[in-house]
Amino acid sequence: MPKPQIPGVLKGLGVTMRTAKETMFPDGMLRPPSPSKGAATVQYPHEADTPADRARGVISLKEENCTSCMLCARECPDWCIYIEAHKTLAPPRREGGKPRQVNALDRFDIDFSLCMYCGICVEVCPFEALFWSPEYEYSEIRIQDLLHDKSRLAQWFETVPDFEALESGSEVKVKKVPR
Amino acid sequence: MTQQLLVGLQMAYWQETLLKLLLGVAAILLLTGGVVYLYLFKFVSFMQSRLGPMEAGPYGSLQLLAEVGKWLQKEDIFTEDADRFVFGLAPAVVLASTFLMFVVIPAGPDAVISDLGTGIYYVLAMSSISVLGILMAGWASANKYALLGGLRAAGQLIAYELPLVLAVLGVVIQAGSLNLQDIVAAQSGGSIFGWTGIGSPYILTQFIAFGIFLIAVQAELTQTPFDMPIAESELVAGYQVEYTGIRFLVYFISEFATAVGFAAVASTLFLGGWALPGSWGLSDATMTVVGPLVIATKAVLLVGVVFWTRFSLPRFREDQLQRLAWKFLIPIALANIVVTGILKVVF
Amino acid sequence: MTAITDRQKLQYIAAQAADARVNVELETEGMTLNIGPQHPATHGTLRIVARLDGEQVIAAEPICGYMHRGYEKLTEVRTYAQVTTLVNRIDWLGSFANEVPFILAAEQLMGVEAPPRAQWIRTLLFEMSRISNLILFLGDMAVQLGAVTPAFFAFRDREYVLDQIERVTGGRFHPNFDRIGGLKDDLPKGWLADTKATMDKVRSFCDEIETLLMGAEIFQARTRGIGVIPHDVAQQYGLSGANARASGIDWDLRRDQPSGMVYSELDWKVITHPDGDSFARFWVRLQEVREAAKIVEQCCDGVPGGPIMAKVPRIIKVPAGEAWVSTENPLGEMGYYVVSKGDLTPFRVKIRSASFNNVAIAPWILRGVYVPDIITILASLYFILGDIDR
Repeated sequence: MPKPQIPGVLKGLGVTMRTAKETMFPDGMLRPPSPSKGAATVQYPHEADTPADRARGVISLKEENCTSCMLCARECPDWCIYIEAHKTLAPPRREGGKPRQVNALDRFDIDFSLCMYCGICVEVCPFEALFWSPEYEYSEIRIQDLLHDKSRLAQWFETVPDFEALESGSEVKVKKVPR
Repeated sequence: MTQQLLVGLQMAYWQETLLKLLLGVAAILLLTGGVVYLYLFKFVSFMQSRLGPMEAGPYGSLQLLAEVGKWLQKEDIFTEDADRFVFGLAPAVVLASTFLMFVVIPAGPDAVISDLGTGIYYVLAMSSISVLGILMAGWASANKYALLGGLRAAGQLIAYELPLVLAVLGVVIQAGSLNLQDIVAAQSGGSIFGWTGIGSPYILTQFIAFGIFLIAVQAELTQTPFDMPIAESELVAGYQVEYTGIRFLVYFISEFATAVGFAAVASTLFLGGWALPGSWGLSDATMTVVGPLVIATKAVLLVGVVFWTRFSLPRFREDQLQRLAWKFLIPIALANIVVTGILKVVF
Repeated sequence: MTAITDRQKLQYIAAQAADARVNVELETEGMTLNIGPQHPATHGTLRIVARLDGEQVIAAEPICGYMHRGYEKLTEVRTYAQVTTLVNRIDWLGSFANEVPFILAAEQLMGVEAPPRAQWIRTLLFEMSRISNLILFLGDMAVQLGAVTPAFFAFRDREYVLDQIERVTGGRFHPNFDRIGGLKDDLPKGWLADTKATMDKVRSFCDEIETLLMGAEIFQARTRGIGVIPHDVAQQYGLSGANARASGIDWDLRRDQPSGMVYSELDWKVITHPDGDSFARFWVRLQEVREAAKIVEQCCDGVPGGPIMAKVPRIIKVPAGEAWVSTENPLGEMGYYVVSKGDLTPFRVKIRSASFNNVAIAPWILRGVYVPDIITILASLYFILGDIDR
């Protein structure tokens, strides 16, 4: 006579009961139940998961490095970067030299209601003026407030993490965030 | 119960009935709320590695109140083509069938709203009225999805009435009475081969009937794996799809109250009801207080089993459902009755 | 693995015939039911117009296009980097997998080959996107059949895979990581070890699903023998991916057309099933998750050192020409036909998405089934609307 098998539905019930037990008693049955430890979720907003360092949360601007080359505004698939600049004279590098013509930023806005967080702007910037930060808690009540201007973008700079070390075997040099 | 709690206070029949009704409704709603919180919000969440509602009240205990408040303030919509009278009446019919079921369930030596001689027969008859309500909802909604759900429900609920009844018959034969108080007394006063330690709960002898009863209850409540009428991923709430606001809440309440009711019935029939075994020698006065707690605990445990199955298993297709009822459960239930009858006569 | 017996097949047909006789006697006329476009079962905005007789389908027709976003037109006015970003969103669950055939086609036109390290990591991420996509399928099929708990398990265990993808690319769902000539960035330290650990969780999830769902007799009764697609019909309709392999077609582009990725150096199997029913499609995808976990572990061990990007100019202008590359995406065969006239933007990109061709079999397969079986069959075919409509 073939060995009697436990019906699959009962085994399935066992799986769910086991998961319930693991959630309620993550430290074993002898300790008091602590479901908030056993659950796979975090109770936002009381606690928050920290995202990875490279997570694309918000873009930050380092104004000193920006030369208004407009590459980011051109490459953005959504055209959500608005740049206005004017030419101005900067003091010469050496004594007795000619004053240099530089671009001074009037306006550098990123409209995060349009931004698709692709990262093309950060990637194409030749002067290391844009950086990713994993900050994500900037929801607004009005959609106009999602247009971050120069000063707000500069404020995000504090949250930009350093570039992390790379896996062994990599030949890429780890860049430094210019603080 | 009134005689003992309010010693010396003679109440007229209508006052007594009113008091019993109010207490009964309060007990049902409290139990339903507790069951909903415990199982629908918490237990299922733990089964799914999450915590469930935590914000409304400590550990989310007031979530049900919040939900009730939310449902109450919703707009009452009738679709243009819906039959207004029938559409409005359907939830009331389902709710009536649910609350009427509780009339005979005893919670103590005297704590029963009306101790009918036809106890369990009355319960089964009342619970079948909900089929009418569901059919009314399905047709009156003027919605093809609701219609499909209502027709499926009708077929399913009628099909599973039979295993329900036949499973109960075994218990009735063994107890010798349809009256629920008598069945409770028979279990608590009985003995297993002469040992009266735990009385004689019929689950030991009628385990097949218990299994069939639970499966049939799952189907009567249209819970997964028998939730074709409300198949969420196909019919999006089936016959309930056009209902909003308090009418939907009525379906919700009646579903969980029926679960509690059937669990109470099952614990009365199979687990000994409100009584602890007679040999424990507790007086009637104690049992008036302890009895409701006992049956509430047993009912809540059984509802837990119902919900555990509900959230773990996929659903049957209706023809498979019907096949299970007609070709599998009913023959086994009939066999159980025959065997019980023979054994009752022999022993 | 037992296939359904002939007796069961005959029983099903007899049941259908009995139903048809009853319907004729009662003269129930046809009812037209619109499943969708807003419906929990249609994975998005797909509309199926079903003519029913009682609960049986007489004819069913899928109407897609509710989510058409004009991808192929958009690519005509976007640069290659921007197209890579857009293309992530076609099959939004297996996100990295969408970029790969496009990048491979562009690399073919440019005559550039990615360095070995980039190819290995590309394969790794490709398989991880397959795992994340198919885990969701496993949970989702459970929901379509009524079991809500496996879906939660699926989302819970998928998070670990998505976390790993986020650590390396920055985005959980839209990595935007493939570049012409290689990849955007290299792996952060410790990533390979963590990814190997994640594969243990993936495997335990597969075991859980097998016990909880696949072993349940109810599931087997709902899916065995339902929606059988015979071998030749599958070929005629151009089914690809797990749908084809579940009908017994032994065809996997990773083995048969390994363009630009390192499958030939890895030890893995192609999984087929002879039945062609919904259960077979579920089973094949479950085993594919396990195989993908195996491949990911081998990739983690075998990633060679080296540069991550070949030498490509800063501003990419792809030389004129045409290239067609198709790969074995999680949903099936996805291919890009890239026509370039030497500009910054492609001249024309034709996207052959797997689900569009897979859903074409719906009218054939949905004849004569019950309404609940429509859901089962559509769930087992597994299409994603972004993939159908683009």
